[in-house]
Amino acid sequence: MPARSAPGGSDSALCADGIGKRYTLGAVQGRLLSERITELLRRQRRFSSPGATGGRDFWALRDVSFEISAGEIVGLIGRNGAGKSTMLKVISRITPPTVGRAAVRGRVGTLLEVGTGFHPELSGRENVFLNGAVLGMKRREIMRKYDEIVEFAGVQRFLETPVKRYSSGMYVRLAFAVAAHLEPEILLVDEVLAVGDAEFQRKCLGKMRDVASHGRTVLFVSHNLGAISRLCERALLFEAGRLREDGPAAEVISTYMSSTAASKDAGLADVRDDAPRLGTAEARLRRVRLTGSDGAPLGALHLDERFRVSAEFEVVEAVSEVVFEVGVSTFAGDRLLTANSVDREQPPVPLAAGPREVTVELDALLLPGEFMIDVGVHRPNGTTIDFVQGALRFSVLNAAEEGHDHYPWNVVRGHVRPRAVWSDVRAPSGDPVEDGTRG
Amino acid sequence: MPPRLNPPKQAVTEILPPSGWRAPALRQLVGHGDLVYFLAKRDVTVRYKQTIVGAFWAVLQPLLLAAVFTLVLGQLTDVPSGGTPYGLFALAGMTMWLFLAGAVGRCSDSTLASSELISKVYFPRMIVPLAALAVPAVDFVAALAVLIVILVVTGHPPGPELLLVPAVFLMAIAVALGIGLWLSALVVRYRDISLAVPFLLLVLLFSTPILYPLSLVPNEYELVLSLNPLVGVMEAFRWTVLADAPGPGAAVLISVGISVLLLASGVLYFARAEQRFADVI
Repeated sequence: MPARSAPGGSDSALCADGIGKRYTLGAVQGRLLSERITELLRRQRRFSSPGATGGRDFWALRDVSFEISAGEIVGLIGRNGAGKSTMLKVISRITPPTVGRAAVRGRVGTLLEVGTGFHPELSGRENVFLNGAVLGMKRREIMRKYDEIVEFAGVQRFLETPVKRYSSGMYVRLAFAVAAHLEPEILLVDEVLAVGDAEFQRKCLGKMRDVASHGRTVLFVSHNLGAISRLCERALLFEAGRLREDGPAAEVISTYMSSTAASKDAGLADVRDDAPRLGTAEARLRRVRLTGSDGAPLGALHLDERFRVSAEFEVVEAVSEVVFEVGVSTFAGDRLLTANSVDREQPPVPLAAGPREVTVELDALLLPGEFMIDVGVHRPNGTTIDFVQGALRFSVLNAAEEGHDHYPWNVVRGHVRPRAVWSDVRAPSGDPVEDGTRG
Repeated sequence: MPPRLNPPKQAVTEILPPSGWRAPALRQLVGHGDLVYFLAKRDVTVRYKQTIVGAFWAVLQPLLLAAVFTLVLGQLTDVPSGGTPYGLFALAGMTMWLFLAGAVGRCSDSTLASSELISKVYFPRMIVPLAALAVPAVDFVAALAVLIVILVVTGHPPGPELLLVPAVFLMAIAVALGIGLWLSALVVRYRDISLAVPFLLLVLLFSTPILYPLSLVPNEYELVLSLNPLVGVMEAFRWTVLADAPGPGAAVLISVGISVLLLASGVLYFARAEQRFADVI
């Protein structure tokens, strides 16, 4: 066996060598035996016509090679369908590669979704054991960590309740708690942090840091560039099945951002008619764009970056006076910032029929994280004409555009970083420290 | 937890493209024994949580079926049943048949039913059909206990052959798993196989001496019929529980041979097919 395929140095945890994965489109789903027989018969008749199998080949991964050392946290980024998740599935042996080889050292734990194998009829306790076993834990191991898992999830009182009666928050917390206590040498995580409330997400990120600090290796697929930039030192950028860039997370993210900035879908969302909206509907939000102050479209912002939000409306019926609202919320729906077009004594504006666009520039001073933009248009008396929550999502990265400014901690507390002026450190005025007898 | 200073040398796993026929990773299967246990426990727990009559269902089924067949076949056509009353003969047959049918049915459904697990987590896929045996096995044990009680109460207590029931049960598991592995792997690739399973079971029900003794079959057909691996299991089972049933003959040996072949080929085919499960499921 070629020496390259085994993890080389003593600290190498994972090594992929020329991995390719081909799917045949149209033949991906299980087929019917009857179809297969007709297909064989047909092929018999017009023999050996190429492409008679009907499917088109599609390479989800092509010639991907990399090596990861033990203890590294590596982020996998790229657009949907770029091959990130397929890569995780190959490494975890869920699906075999078509060509190439990989080698992993030690136990691999895979977390492609939270709560795989949970059964709604079983109690919380039963599901902890079942899910733990599904994730690859031994019974004794689960028993040893059981109390810790339950405490992490905070569901002590509901352990004998079937999980079908759990709230979705409890369900997710319990499921993640089990997964977080899996102690594999290599942990593969796919986008599980998209669930749960902010507090819980923080807990999860902290737990993943923990895992890595014990010399374990983490591969983390996410669209959440904020989380990647906070959590990972290194990132792999996938593009159309190929590994486009492998390097320090900040650099790779920046490559990704510049490549997506050029594409038209970054920082832009079309709002469909059936999107959840409120209002009397004289005007309807059609499209929201996020751009830099130079007008270039953005999928993610740097720390402290000023940005513009443009909202396009289809105005069915002219309204004499309106107020526009643009808000920034967390994914959990907590509103962080609100800008109204009548703030600071500005007057309401008329809205004529037809397509109309309004743009606002914001200096939001957001901390790294994931946010969404809410857009609304109202009458001055407060009646809502149209309001869409979460019309567009974006992230804030943990790096300023220039210089070395960044948020210093792993766990982000709060969402806004005000401009602050700190005094020098000195003895409290009028309260001399020399006098230790006070009191 | 403090970091380990000297992590044990970890095993290196190679990930390679599918290799066609290959040796099944039986050692890995053993390593995942706990998963088999918890999946089996899940199935059994859920089954008894959802039914009103609970464990009685396992007992009720063979009793009701045996009663029906006794009325229809025993009364109308007078099927010979050796020295045992036809009702007991049919009850013994139904007890084993319900295990075989349940096990084959559950095994063949198991892979598609676990498609979420299979596409999200790695584990030796053979665990899925293996764990699917649990519910029919538990049902069988309950039904067997009732069968023995009824035999004793009606004055037909089983002889010392009863001690061999576990061996016969293992044989039954081998047959059911052999068929189940083939079907559960085929079903992933060809969905219409699952439509054929009930039909296959019906064919097996009538081509196996369950409601009639093997001795009723003309000698020249007996060998052909024993190619059906269920024949040996059924004959052997009745011999162990019914005091008056004839000893298992050459037909049983043929059945045993066939079931071993079926199980071995089932394991091999499954090991070949499982490599692509996640892509097609």
